[in-house]
Amino acid sequence: MLEIKDLYGGYGKITILNGVNCEIHTGAITTVIGPNGAGKSTVFKAIFGLLNVHSGAINFQGKNLVGMSPAQIIAEGVTYVPQGRNVVPQLSVYHNLELGGITAKDQSMVKRRIDEVMEIFPALREHQDRKAIDLSGGQQKQLEIARALLLDPKLMLIDEPSIGLSPNLVKEVFATLQRLRDNGVTVLMVEQNAKAALAMSDYGLVLELGQVRMHDKADVLLNDPRVGRLFLGGSMDEE
Amino acid sequence: MMTKRNMWLLAGLIALILAPLGQGNYVVYTLCSWLIFSMAAMGLNLTLGYAGQISLAQSAFMAIGAYTTALLTLPPAEDGVGGLGLHWLVAMPISVFAAFVVGLIIGFPALRVKGHFLAFVTLAFTTLTFLVLRNEDWLTGGTYGLVGMPRPDFGFFNTGKQLRFYYFTLAVFVVFCLLMWGIIRSPWGRAFKALRENSIRAESLGVDTRRITLLAFAIGSAAGGLAGSLVAPLVQFIEPGSFALVHSLKMLLMVVVGGAGFFFGPVIGAGVVILMPEFLRFTEGYYLMIYAATVIVLIIFCPKGLIGLGEIIRNKLRKDKKVRGDMDKGAQL
Repeated sequence: MLEIKDLYGGYGKITILNGVNCEIHTGAITTVIGPNGAGKSTVFKAIFGLLNVHSGAINFQGKNLVGMSPAQIIAEGVTYVPQGRNVVPQLSVYHNLELGGITAKDQSMVKRRIDEVMEIFPALREHQDRKAIDLSGGQQKQLEIARALLLDPKLMLIDEPSIGLSPNLVKEVFATLQRLRDNGVTVLMVEQNAKAALAMSDYGLVLELGQVRMHDKADVLLNDPRVGRLFLGGSMDEE
Repeated sequence: MMTKRNMWLLAGLIALILAPLGQGNYVVYTLCSWLIFSMAAMGLNLTLGYAGQISLAQSAFMAIGAYTTALLTLPPAEDGVGGLGLHWLVAMPISVFAAFVVGLIIGFPALRVKGHFLAFVTLAFTTLTFLVLRNEDWLTGGTYGLVGMPRPDFGFFNTGKQLRFYYFTLAVFVVFCLLMWGIIRSPWGRAFKALRENSIRAESLGVDTRRITLLAFAIGSAAGGLAGSLVAPLVQFIEPGSFALVHSLKMLLMVVVGGAGFFFGPVIGAGVVILMPEFLRFTEGYYLMIYAATVIVLIIFCPKGLIGLGEIIRNKLRKDKKVRGDMDKGAQL
């Protein structure tokens, strides 16, 4: 469903992605790991149309996303949950969800979808009139994920969902992502917390210096000594 | 069941209906111009208070509205500058549209860059508009301006008398407020206010903040055009000086003094800027000094504007409620 081919891109004249090649498994959770500066978040920005792509292609369901605006990419069925807190603190939970469908033409559909999404996240229905800032950190992350689901995406890009959450809440968020996968959403995740993330993922993808170095089943990566070395500051090629 | 807010709105509306009764022509005229400037300032508030951009062109947009309306409604002339003799109901939408389009055209390049560029561009635009109005006398009457714009006649309701024109203005004002309320409370309006400060948040939802900022600016400009379209028949005399830069600054003052980012802030601000000089008339020469000192004191102690005063008092009594926390330090001019 998502295939990245020879992707080069970066910020201004600085190139971060040096020929990324990979094919993401449909209906699975894939975690992207790699040392700082490897280009993990940058790949997401490229897929979502927020990056200056120099060359290469990002094929999603047969269409090349390169050159499309974020709004068009959302319409194609891709959704993006950036790093950090992204709820709008002063708006209510309901109005935050509504923002997820802001680019949709049919606002009655958005209302229906809000209802469906709140079915999946009962806590949000319970607090729908409260301001987002009054929710706990975990609930805020749930709200962000719920909001990203509003337009019924096929692919979710989620960047560092565990940041700022206690271990228990991280488990909860991961469980949510697994539930989404079971409902047919393909999840592509960047995680700093590589071990925990691989343990709950189906596939793992190791990015180093803007290139894919490994792409395998998550448990294979989890047991590969080279992956461990990579995170201790070494390179995968060292013996 | 009526909410507290609706009660206040109803009370305000009744006050506006009763205000001119038994008053002289001049007082009614001042009230009219208060309402008209309120609309222009509310438009500017969309740009300043919601989009966070400084525009110094609101008087130029009023000029566009006023001259367009004047030229369309004035009767055709044998010699000199004449118009097309159209009804105000036809002229007004054209004037508003003209201001909207010009707003898009000058906002497009200026809003591509952040910071104070819109202020610079609009400053230049206001000066330019003034020069065009003064120099192109074949169209605008030059420094002599245009005189004798007819007041709209709706058959059953002729607005020729001052009091009637006031109620006509009030009706336009109410419709205008409802429209603005609709814009601000629509999902897009809400998204706009919520997302303008955080570009990543906006981008992840597919919102192009630059485009909505431009749209907000153009709608604000259109409101200026509407105000101009009412000034023409109110004063029945327009000349370039009525739309000089100082009036743009005055409207900026209205928004800031009243409370940038609050819906009715500019109405209160316009009240202060237009009505206070009348109340201070008895002080004669000291009026400007008192006026300036009041504004400075207000901006120091109440950066959110007069409408924020109520909130400051409320917060003293009850600490948990916070409205528009992003305006804590004012509009950051």
